[in-house]
Amino acid sequence: MSTTLASDTVTVFTRELRPVIRDPFSVIFSLVQPLFFLVLFAPLLPDEVGGQSALQWFIPGTIVMSCLFGAGATGANLLFEIQTGAHERMLVSPLRRPALILGRAFKEIVPMFAQTALILVVTIPFGFRLHPGAFLGLALLAVFCVGLGSLSYTLALASKNKEWLFWAIQQTLTFPLLLLAGMMLPLDGAPGWLRTLSLFDPLTYLVNAERALFSGEIFSATVAGGVVAAFATAALGLGVGMRAMRRAVA
Amino acid sequence: MIRARGLTRHFTVKKETVEAVRGLDLRVEAGEVVALLGPNGAGKSTTLRMLTTLLPPTSGTAEVAGFDVITQQRGVRGRIGYIGQGNGAGHNQRGRDELVSQGRAYGLDRAAARARADELIGSLDLDAVADRVVSTLSGGQRRRLDVAMGLIHAPDLLFLDEPSTGLDPQNRASLQEHIRGLRARHGTTIVLTTHYLDEVDQLAERVIVIDHGRIIADDTPARLKAEHAGDRITLTFDHDADRAMAHAQGFLPQSDVRRTGTTVAIQADGGAQLVPKLLRSLDEAGVTVAAVEVARPTLDDVFLNLTGRSLREDVAAPALQESAA
Repeated sequence: MSTTLASDTVTVFTRELRPVIRDPFSVIFSLVQPLFFLVLFAPLLPDEVGGQSALQWFIPGTIVMSCLFGAGATGANLLFEIQTGAHERMLVSPLRRPALILGRAFKEIVPMFAQTALILVVTIPFGFRLHPGAFLGLALLAVFCVGLGSLSYTLALASKNKEWLFWAIQQTLTFPLLLLAGMMLPLDGAPGWLRTLSLFDPLTYLVNAERALFSGEIFSATVAGGVVAAFATAALGLGVGMRAMRRAVA
Repeated sequence: MIRARGLTRHFTVKKETVEAVRGLDLRVEAGEVVALLGPNGAGKSTTLRMLTTLLPPTSGTAEVAGFDVITQQRGVRGRIGYIGQGNGAGHNQRGRDELVSQGRAYGLDRAAARARADELIGSLDLDAVADRVVSTLSGGQRRRLDVAMGLIHAPDLLFLDEPSTGLDPQNRASLQEHIRGLRARHGTTIVLTTHYLDEVDQLAERVIVIDHGRIIADDTPARLKAEHAGDRITLTFDHDADRAMAHAQGFLPQSDVRRTGTTVAIQADGGAQLVPKLLRSLDEAGVTVAAVEVARPTLDDVFLNLTGRSLREDVAAPALQESAA
């Protein structure tokens, strides 16, 4: 039987997903993190933010945030496999180089969906309203996750034996991106320079689009901005990721 | 099976160019078992990584299993097995899952990959641990799993990079047994690197000694020993070691005779036949020998003879950082 780029991608995707399926508890623990966030942060919110219920405003940001933490840190898994030798073994196999990134990046969608589902299940009883647009929001987030995961893997390939370098860059980038996007607090009352900076954060557009979609808005400039940001992240991530994997030497 | 010409690899370490492999020419025929022997940093692993497409050569060419390592990488990759220094199986995976993934990567369909995984689990004695997470396995179990991973597609050519490093003697013996079996049952061509001398004696029919990125000897272990190292005769004296030394030098003018303290070491061919005559002659000269030992040469002696350094000293060259030059 001969392989194709698609079958190679499925092989890598299945391999990445397997430990998660074999040991679902590992996922459940990672799901608890956004829940803590909801429980400890949501009570601090006012009743209303930007003219809508605070929960309706807050939840889309939380979902994007858990994607940012999850997919953003996923490169650590590759870093570990570079150190143990599993990555070298895959580089020696006939698996196509782009598949080594694509399969991994697509896998990031799965924990993202699981986390989101949990967040929704927990918050709907507290008055969170699920509009049909939310499903488009999830699709958009999936595109973004693929791009972000791919960037994280690229960072892992670039840091190679220097684990500290991976974490230093990952942490340094994560928090400014997170805060500038107004994920936790609205930037409406922010000083001008902060609002200007936030315009350069692709997450700003994504978070705004998610909020719009989760409150039922579909055809709007805000949503279009998010679509552009998500696809641009995916194109950039997969582009640099495949390039880095092609050049990877062991 | 392998044709390499002028294979060269440079690394840049702290702005200095290190020539890890310098113009290596190599031919390996189908069915051979070849050991690359040399101290740490000699260029063994770098050579192996170039032959397995893991590292592009700085210059030179190589054809492996009928394909070019630079222009036909997938052709090479599909036909060779490679067992690296690390663990091929991911530490958070189960062994059986990894074997099936590996089979899929080499183009086996799902059923064939499962069947092949079962077969290898049986033959490498992994039944009890195949469904456990790899990080919980012992070093020996992991190494057997690595071997199974490398054999998933029954390759005609197998590369092993220091296969038994870190294994206890029992696991080393069983690994060597398995490698010999591959050759005997399937005619697999095997290229391995090692710095264990006894492993070369156990496994290889051909030894390529590498030092400073060059091949300095290439022959069967027996012929290398015969050519590059004689038997070692060690005589110990209670006193008169000086006189004994002078006498031995006169008696064996062609041989290398050295004294350390109260012992005199002589390197000479046909040691077992020489010793009776030497003892008689020393006795006639009035020097009493306290103890005598005759040792057959080892590959370490060969290495010492070729380079003036012992393999065991292992004066490691600076560890190479893989930044391409």
